[in-house]
Amino acid sequence: MRQISPVFKREFLGYFRSPVAYVFLIGFLLISVSLAFSRYGGFFRAGIAGMESYFTFFPWLFLFIVPAAGMRLWSEEKRSGTVELLFTLPITTLEAVLGKFLAGWAFLAMAILLSFPMAITVAYLGDPDWGVVVTTYFGAILMAGGYLGVCALMSALTKNQVISFVLSIGACAVLLFLGFSSFTDTLEGWFPVFVADALSNFSFITHFDAFTKGIIDPKDVVFFLSLMAFTLFLNVVALER
Amino acid sequence: MIEVKGLVKTYGAKRAVDGVSFTVRRGDILGFLGPNGAGKSTTMKMITGFLRPDAGTATVDGIDVTADPVTVKRKLGYLPESAPAYPEMTVEEFLHFIAEVRGFKSGDTRNAQVDRAITLTHLAPVRAQTIETLSKGFKQRVGFAQALLHDPPALVLDEPTDGLDPNQKNEVRTLIKSMATEKAVILSTHILEEVDAICTRVIIISRGKLVADETPAQLRSRQPGARLDEIFRSLTRGDI
Repeated sequence: MRQISPVFKREFLGYFRSPVAYVFLIGFLLISVSLAFSRYGGFFRAGIAGMESYFTFFPWLFLFIVPAAGMRLWSEEKRSGTVELLFTLPITTLEAVLGKFLAGWAFLAMAILLSFPMAITVAYLGDPDWGVVVTTYFGAILMAGGYLGVCALMSALTKNQVISFVLSIGACAVLLFLGFSSFTDTLEGWFPVFVADALSNFSFITHFDAFTKGIIDPKDVVFFLSLMAFTLFLNVVALER
Repeated sequence: MIEVKGLVKTYGAKRAVDGVSFTVRRGDILGFLGPNGAGKSTTMKMITGFLRPDAGTATVDGIDVTADPVTVKRKLGYLPESAPAYPEMTVEEFLHFIAEVRGFKSGDTRNAQVDRAITLTHLAPVRAQTIETLSKGFKQRVGFAQALLHDPPALVLDEPTDGLDPNQKNEVRTLIKSMATEKAVILSTHILEEVDAICTRVIIISRGKLVADETPAQLRSRQPGARLDEIFRSLTRGDI
């Protein structure tokens, strides 16, 4: 496990060695903040000193933004042939997978935390419940890890970044929509109720909700962590095959 | 040092490598010849642990690459074909990354190791340049520097002189020769003059099978008076 850190460092700094990081960070903050102030976010209309109108779009935003950050993880290495270099260095596949994933996750966490001026704005306008703000940030970062695990796996399946991007959106969309009643109603038509119920438990939305209300439910934390562990395990398998 | 026994690799219906066996001792420079697509790169990828063989074993210093890949990779320096490297990094950043993964954790030893590799491969003028801006010859040298960085006992070089101009080729050959006394070296090539220039032994592979394993002199004596490329052609005729 000692070899995770060089891989992590190279990958994390790699975002900043090209314009990718800056385009991504600016794009993400611009879109997320304008959504909160838009008619649909209703930041002012809500009349509440909280960040709910900011974070409510996150599961949707992540659907596009996390695949954009994660599509290159393995596809690029495969396309440029550096995957051969990486896997003939004395590291295990697991170390490489973890190093790269953690770098991507840290980058996403940074993007999320860079929205702190929103929190300052809220504090300036009113008196927010800081507990809720903190749990929401915590939940958003956990959820980003869940999305990224799926995207890293999809990226390991192809050397084409576009295919990786589309597959990632598809897989994340399924995990997102599982939480909606209209979708689960359809599922109930196909499967027994307990299967549909079990499936809807795999949704990002269901598990993110509690965090935005200031609750850290162990079962939500476990959901995101186990989703990451599972996708990273499959990631190792996909690369070793 | 490097021992290969009955390696087999199949892609779909095509048997890319079909029971290849040979050994390389310290001090050997083994020239690995064969037409394009004969299985040279695939064999090298199996020795370096990038591909898993379908059958057979490859051992380095007595350690099986499928049983303990990390230890084997520690002992090997590998230059993959066309020398892949991270294009957005500078030469120095890239070599520091390799050094760190190779276990040179403290700053001083890492700097020393990187400087040594840069000096050996004459990369000093471009050390602060990003790899994507380098010419093919320099890129090849970066790949070479990366393979030499930890002073490995065994080197596997996939077409090390590919894309270099005659002067650079000569320089790389001199470098390989100077290191070979205490190392085991495998280098693949399809430049036959290279065999005469540096190799102490030659193996020729055709359609995944070994067709020759001997010294350059023995290879020549197969058809006295014939040029090397004529001998090569008659040995690999099945591949055309």
